[in-house]
Amino acid sequence: MSTNHLDFELPIIELEKKIEELRRFTSNSRMDLCREVEALEKKAERLKREIFTNLAPRQRVQLARHPQRPHTLDYINLIMDGFYELHGDRMFSDDRAIVGGLCKFNDETVLVIGHQKGSNIQENIERNFGMPHPEGYRKALRLMRLAEKFNFPVITLIDTPGAYPGIGAEERGQAEAIARNLMEMSTLKTSLISLVIGEGGSGGALGIGVADRTLMLENAIYSVISPEGCAAILWRDKRKAGEAADALCLTAQDIIKLRIIDEVVPEPLGGAHKNHEQVATLVAESLKRNLSELKSFSIKEIVRRRFEKHRHIGEFLELREEAISVRGTEDGDEK
Amino acid sequence: MIWPRKQVERTNGLGMRCNDCGEFILGKKLEKMLKVCPKCNYHFRLGARERISLLLKDGTFEECDSQMTSHDPLNFQGLELYRDKIVEEQKKTGLTEAVITGEGYLDNHPIVIAVTDSRFMMGSMGSVVGEKITRAAERAIEKRLPLLTISGSGGGARMQEGMLSLMQMAKTSSVIAKLNKEKLLFISILTDPTMGGVAASFASLGDIIIAEPRALIGFAGPRVIKETIHRELPQGFQRAEFLFKRGLIDMIVSRGELKKVLSELLDKF
Repeated sequence: MSTNHLDFELPIIELEKKIEELRRFTSNSRMDLCREVEALEKKAERLKREIFTNLAPRQRVQLARHPQRPHTLDYINLIMDGFYELHGDRMFSDDRAIVGGLCKFNDETVLVIGHQKGSNIQENIERNFGMPHPEGYRKALRLMRLAEKFNFPVITLIDTPGAYPGIGAEERGQAEAIARNLMEMSTLKTSLISLVIGEGGSGGALGIGVADRTLMLENAIYSVISPEGCAAILWRDKRKAGEAADALCLTAQDIIKLRIIDEVVPEPLGGAHKNHEQVATLVAESLKRNLSELKSFSIKEIVRRRFEKHRHIGEFLELREEAISVRGTEDGDEK
Repeated sequence: MIWPRKQVERTNGLGMRCNDCGEFILGKKLEKMLKVCPKCNYHFRLGARERISLLLKDGTFEECDSQMTSHDPLNFQGLELYRDKIVEEQKKTGLTEAVITGEGYLDNHPIVIAVTDSRFMMGSMGSVVGEKITRAAERAIEKRLPLLTISGSGGGARMQEGMLSLMQMAKTSSVIAKLNKEKLLFISILTDPTMGGVAASFASLGDIIIAEPRALIGFAGPRVIKETIHRELPQGFQRAEFLFKRGLIDMIVSRGELKKVLSELLDKF
């Protein structure tokens, strides 16, 4: 399906080509090579498993940004019913880099919001590469208020390189729009689940990412800054993005250790782009389970726990009377 | 996180040259002018302690959480180790971290104050800055006092602490929501520079937002924007006056007037 191969996938691709050739040869001749094909297939499977269970952070970055990876509207189409997109922030315009609307999920009405990237250059231009302007964040907040009014759960799907750095974005208060969302989402009186499906780019991601449950797909990334941006500042060389990716702790596997996310949702072998239906099913399962777990709490309790969860993120030292105590996420358990 | 923008302190024993108009100002004169250029009204950057002594009544400031430091939770390795960088910055600035918090009196008003210092790792927000700001807001709630923050942060969220830094944006914004629920006043003062993750969290959430003249304020750094749009930026882009015109801040107040303005505002609450 995919036409964009990543460098570390090449050994697998080569093996798959060989298998294909062998198959063609078998069907055109009388020689039975079924066993050889089977053996090679097993080898390819083993190789795939080996490569994909030992991915370096920089390789996950490539997977997270893969153009054929399912995006927000793909998930909506695959696992949600009767989606109606709602448009505009009622102030300035409709930001196409963020989509939001009402749908049925697991037999209940849910408000879904997500960054929308394109799968090709034309779509990406239309969607501004999934980089929102302030009006995108303001639309998201307007829709979340609607969800709060009717007690609909909110699901946000995160997939953005970051909030757009442009003149108009600054003129209309990009910083304010994100800050307001962080504040308002922290006390929103309905349940919030956030899932990073691809790229979680800094404040632009967090702007719709304050939630009761934060989930990440296996090959998604979530970072305070892009590896390229970090490399340009700390190494003064954008080509050091690989080193920066390793240093930033931006993979789901690293972030769950910091207790910033709650769950890593598995992807099909080879990455989400290899099988949209399968990854969507896994996502649906996880969302359903988390939604039903949140149902056991009152709204008041949900909001209280959301505050406590964020309140305890951070790691630092406090020196007191010469005694050093390490404080931070380890004593972040809810009281 | 945005591009660092170094401010060169052009100084000799006698005085300093204005970064903007190039005027040479004698040290004594500069002190008297509160580090504002007498010719062009350029506001030199100030350290957190200077800002506190400028606003609070002598001897009333009580610092809190002064012994809190970063401990390199990611074991972050750039060209240099983060833990070495922290020690280096501590030596350079005499500060333990990029924010000073505490309580004191502005005229006869007791307040809780938090001031970030752009000299310490560009005033960027990691776990310590986020925690100290949050505790300051909690102290304001506990004592029913107004909260005043003064931001000087070109660094935004500190990249050396990765996602822990990003989440400080959510943490500080959450506690401001609590402050609002308690109906307590929050005044945010933006100084040169206030960018990235600090601008996109607590600093933009003041009931009243005041900026110093010509302060650079925004989400993305000008260099990143320029590289993205491949175009020259308009004159005065992302400066306090630019934000004021677009309705993003309440007022621009000169350094010399700030204490009086704040005091008269606090009188109204």
